[in-house]
Order: sequence, then C-alpha cells, then structure tokens
Amino acid sequence: MHSFTVDAARSLPGPRWLAERRTAAAERFAAADPPTAAAEEWRYSAIADFDLTAYQLAGLDAPFPQDGSWASVNTANGATAAVLDVADGRIVASKGLDELSQQGVRVGPLVDSPDGAEVLGSVVDGAGDYFTMLNDAFAGSPILVDVPAGVAVEGVIVVRHHAGAAAAATFPRLVVRVGPHGSARVLDMQRSAGAALVVPVVELDVGQAARLGYVNLQQHDHRTTQIAAHIARVEQEAALVAASVALGGGYARTRTDTRLVGRGASGDLLSAYFGSGDQILDFRTYQDHAAPDTTSKLLYKGAVGDSARSVYTGLIRVRPNARGTNAFQTNRNLKLSEDAWAESVPNLEIENNDVRCSHASAVGPVDPDQVFYLESRGVPTAVAERLIVAGFFDEVIDELPVRGVGESVREALALKLNKMLRAAA
Amino acid sequence: MIEGLRASVAGREILTGVDLEVAAGEVHAVMGPNGSGKSTLAHVIAGRSGYEALAGSVRLDGTELLGMPAWQRAEAGLFLAMQYPTEVPGVSLLDMLTESVCTPEGAAVAERMSEEAARIGFDEKFLERPVNVDLSGGERKRNEALQLGVLGPAFAVVDELDSGLDIDALRFVGARIEDATTHDGLGVLAITHSSRVFDHLRPDAVHVFAGGRVQQSGGPELADELEDEGYERWTAALPQPAADAGATPFTDPFGDPFADLLA
Repeated sequence: MHSFTVDAARSLPGPRWLAERRTAAAERFAAADPPTAAAEEWRYSAIADFDLTAYQLAGLDAPFPQDGSWASVNTANGATAAVLDVADGRIVASKGLDELSQQGVRVGPLVDSPDGAEVLGSVVDGAGDYFTMLNDAFAGSPILVDVPAGVAVEGVIVVRHHAGAAAAATFPRLVVRVGPHGSARVLDMQRSAGAALVVPVVELDVGQAARLGYVNLQQHDHRTTQIAAHIARVEQEAALVAASVALGGGYARTRTDTRLVGRGASGDLLSAYFGSGDQILDFRTYQDHAAPDTTSKLLYKGAVGDSARSVYTGLIRVRPNARGTNAFQTNRNLKLSEDAWAESVPNLEIENNDVRCSHASAVGPVDPDQVFYLESRGVPTAVAERLIVAGFFDEVIDELPVRGVGESVREALALKLNKMLRAAA
Repeated sequence: MIEGLRASVAGREILTGVDLEVAAGEVHAVMGPNGSGKSTLAHVIAGRSGYEALAGSVRLDGTELLGMPAWQRAEAGLFLAMQYPTEVPGVSLLDMLTESVCTPEGAAVAERMSEEAARIGFDEKFLERPVNVDLSGGERKRNEALQLGVLGPAFAVVDELDSGLDIDALRFVGARIEDATTHDGLGVLAITHSSRVFDHLRPDAVHVFAGGRVQQSGGPELADELEDEGYERWTAALPQPAADAGATPFTDPFGDPFADLLA
C-alpha cells in the first residue's frame, strides 16, 4: 500500500480552499486505475516498472544545494529579473521579487495571491490525468508567476527546483499567468539528487495578445523518476514559445499539451533531449487547435547513446471550427549506438479542410558521410561525432526563448556527450 | 607512392593492382571512363569505410597509410578534395578546421581562413556557416581549395575538380592548387574523366585508368590522344563479365549519381 492517501493529502499545510482541493483530488486519485502500458498514451513507456510504494512524501526540511552549476546559468542570462529557489516543493530563497512587485508582477507562493484559488488548476483542469491528480493532491507549495495585463517583464524569471532525498516524492507546481498584452520569459530548472520521484505540473496561461517564453531545463539525477505535465492555454493573438530540454532522469517523461483556444493564437514547441547510460526519455505532445487561424510549430530533436531509449509520440488535433490552422510537427532522433533505441510516432487528427498540416519524423545514426568528411580534414573520429551531434541540436538551441540559456545548454550537452564518448572509448 | 593496390567495395574487387608514383611538386592525372574505379581509388587512399584494401601499399613520404583511420592519414599529410563535398549541418568551417589535428593548437585558424578566402574569391560570410550547407557546387569546390590552403597537406587527391564548377571558380581553384605545388611542394593526384580541367591544372604525367588499374602512362600529350580517341582502346581489351551471371552491374554508392545521364 502506498502512502499517498486522502488523509495524507488533507493533512498538508495550507489554507482551507487548498486543503479541500487536495482532498478532492486525492479522492479522485484513490478511485482511479493506475495507467498501464496497454493505454496508447503509455505505449513504449516505463510505466510497468513504476512502483508508487517505493516513495514517501518528501519532508519539508531538504536543503537547497548551492553549487556553482546553478550560478553559471544565472550569470549567463545577464538580465535575470528574479530567482526563486525551491527545495522539495518549498520556497527556500528568493531574490528580485520586490523589484518585480513594483511592476505589479507577483512571483511567489500561490496561496499568497488573493485569487490563488481561481488560478490553481485553471489550465490543467480538464486536461488532467493520473499523475496531475497526484500533483493536485500533494503539491506542497504551488508557485505563481503572475504578470498583469500590459506589463512587459524585461529580465528572465528563474525558478530552480531541487528534489533532495532518495525515495522521496515531490510535486512541484508552477503556474505562469500572463495577462492580456503582457510579456514574460521564464526559465524553470529541475534537478534532483538520488532515487527521487518528481511529479511536476506546469500551467501556462497566456492571455489575449500576450507573449510568453518558457524553458524547462531538466537535469535530474540519473536515478530519479520524473513524470511531468506542461499544460498551456493560449488565447486570441497570443504567442507561446515553450521549450523542454531534457538531459537527466532514469525515466523522465514529459507530457506537453498546448491548447490554442483563441483566434490567431500561436505555439512554438521545442525540445532538445539527450539520453545516455540506461536512461529512458519519454515525450508526449498534443497540439490542440481549437480556434481559427491558429499556428503551432513543433520541433523535437533528440539523441540516444549507450543503451538509452527515447520515445516521442505526438498528436496534432484540428477541431472542426479551427479553419486556417497551420500545424507542423517534426521529430528527429540520432541513434548513437547499437543498443540505443528511439521511437517516433507522429499523428494527425484533422476535422477541418482549410488547414496546412505536416509531420515528419526520423530515427538514424550520425551520417557516416558527414563523419568521413570531417575525418578527411584531420578531425579525429570521436571529435567529429561530437561536433556533428552538438550541431544537430543547434536548430533547437538557437530558438530557445530565454536568451543566455543556449550557451548553458550547449555546455551541458557537450559535457554529457564527452562523458559518454570517453566511457565508450 | 602506390604499389600493387587492390581493393574491394561490398565484396567486389574494383582496384586490381594499381601502381603509381607521384613526386613532391608534381601533378599526375588519372583519367578514365565512368566505372573504371578511379573514384574508388580516391576513397581507398583517403580511408573511407566500406572501401577495403586487399593488398598493396599506399605510402606518403615513407608513411604507410593503409590501415590508418582517415583522420590520421590527414595528419600524415593527405588531403582529399571531394567531387561532391558533403554538407555538415551545425558544424562551422571554423570549428572543423580548429579541431583538425593538421592545425596546431592555438593556430590563428580564422586569420588563415580569411587569407585563403581572399586568394580564391570565396565569400567570407561562408566561413562561420555550417560546412557546405546551402553552398552552390562552385562554392563547395572553392571551399575545398580554401581548406587545402589552410591545412597545408603534402599530398592532395583531387576528385573531378571541374564538376559543378564554373570557369571562374575553376581558374581560381586550379591556380591555388598549382601554386601549392610550386611553392609548397604539394603532390597532386587529379582524378578526372575529361581533359577540360588541364587548362587550369597542368599535369606533369597522365595515367589512363580502366578495369581498376593503370593501363598506360605518359606525358600531357596522352591526354590529347584520349580526347581524340576516347577510352575504347583500353576498355575493349578488358575481360567482359560473364554474361550468364545475371548480376546487376556494380554501382559505386559514392559515385556520381548522374553518371548515367552524362555518359
């Protein structure tokens, strides 16, 4: 029997509305059947090996590790507006919040917001699943980034999540709301130490004619299991650019739902992922066109080496009223070793004729012609492969909506690639 | 110096015993019809995987190249100017040349690239772009010549220099290679199916290549004979494959995809 019970959810600290919400979610969770690999959305996943009884709800005393690698991202950003440090779902440090609040921008515990009760779940409700229910029931301290109408936040808002303890489960919850004509960029960093379970839910609420750039940079410990949901709603004439960079985790799954609900809304969806060792990186995307003249462009690029596996399945849905839709979906995978394995399954579901849609997917090794070309110029084989693999991600990295983070991503990718190639040599 | 070189591709013997000696500063042309194995020769010398040397020797200034990975052959002083230079998305020319073992660490690679670009009329804007991506055929060949200039090899195999090149580019590229032979003692093996290239890269010797080996060697005048007579004299004498084998003709996977159209 696992410990994620209704009583456990009810006893978490927080205001009454939150306790009620948690209790209701825990009750739904208790009544729900756990997912199995037989369900389409869990096909190719590692859900069969998932055991909730292996985890306890994390305590609220985990320290936040201050190592240099966090800092490198900040300095690279140059213009950081605010930083929020979150350990096992609890805010432990912050800076820059006062300056932002002078603009009316609120970054901090969602429960401190007067309309927190309305905001929490406003995007994910209706798009929930087994694990978002679990997050609803056990998120200790949901965080809100709230940009009011007409406000443009200059710098980057950085949220750094750390999951500390082995066998502990944490449920980070981040809600980003950008009011009409507002704009913001958010860098959401996820790390862990040990065999933790991390079940993050991110809600992105992009108001009319607003702009939001969101980058999720996941660098979990290789023993950590992550099951994440990034759910976005984009209103009329609003633009979302959302990126997911996935480097860590033993089994790391991210479900990305982007619902374009207002006329002229757009969503650019990017991902760069790299699996080594025996990692399994699992992506499920859903581009939901629910209004006319909406545009979504998805580009997911990944590499797998050693005996790592990746899964990409994506669905473009064009609803009957969504005439004038432009929807594109591209997933490309490099398979760097014999034992590595990548699955890529694109899907379309189109209920309107006046649309432009395309999807493309590919899985293959590093092009031997490219390697030979570099070798014939005197570039050693391993270096040639490293250059080509690094270059493969450029197309994604160059489009990341948070400036400065690209260099950190490039470095992190190069570090991981070098480590893998050295181990193989 | 190539001696008794035999090599196979996909289990089939293509080179049947090649002997060639090119001294420093000399340009030797290898001329042959399509399918004679002359492009295979280029790839076997450069060490491309899939091209298996069965016997013989390829030495550069006394160093045996066969058995070395391609990049060590480059380190030993070999350069291959490709017929169809490969696009390498995401890797800039600068990064590639900086990572080459032929450019010493800390070398002013970027400055050398600029100098070479100016010499051959290669647009500087291409220097930081991904290698060969979105370049025309002529720009790619200029790029090969630029790399030859920066890497400073002792010996270059130049495969079908004139394919994809306009006359201006051919003049620049030919002049750059000739200059390297005169001033740096570069030895060149120029593989070509026609003598058009000799207006810009003058050979000291010409070798007729057919049936996977050198059939005849001579001075530049041999090229004129070929121009008049074609290759029939040499190809007609070759043993014909058994008609009853029913085997499909061999196609070089890296050969000219349009060879049939041009033939």
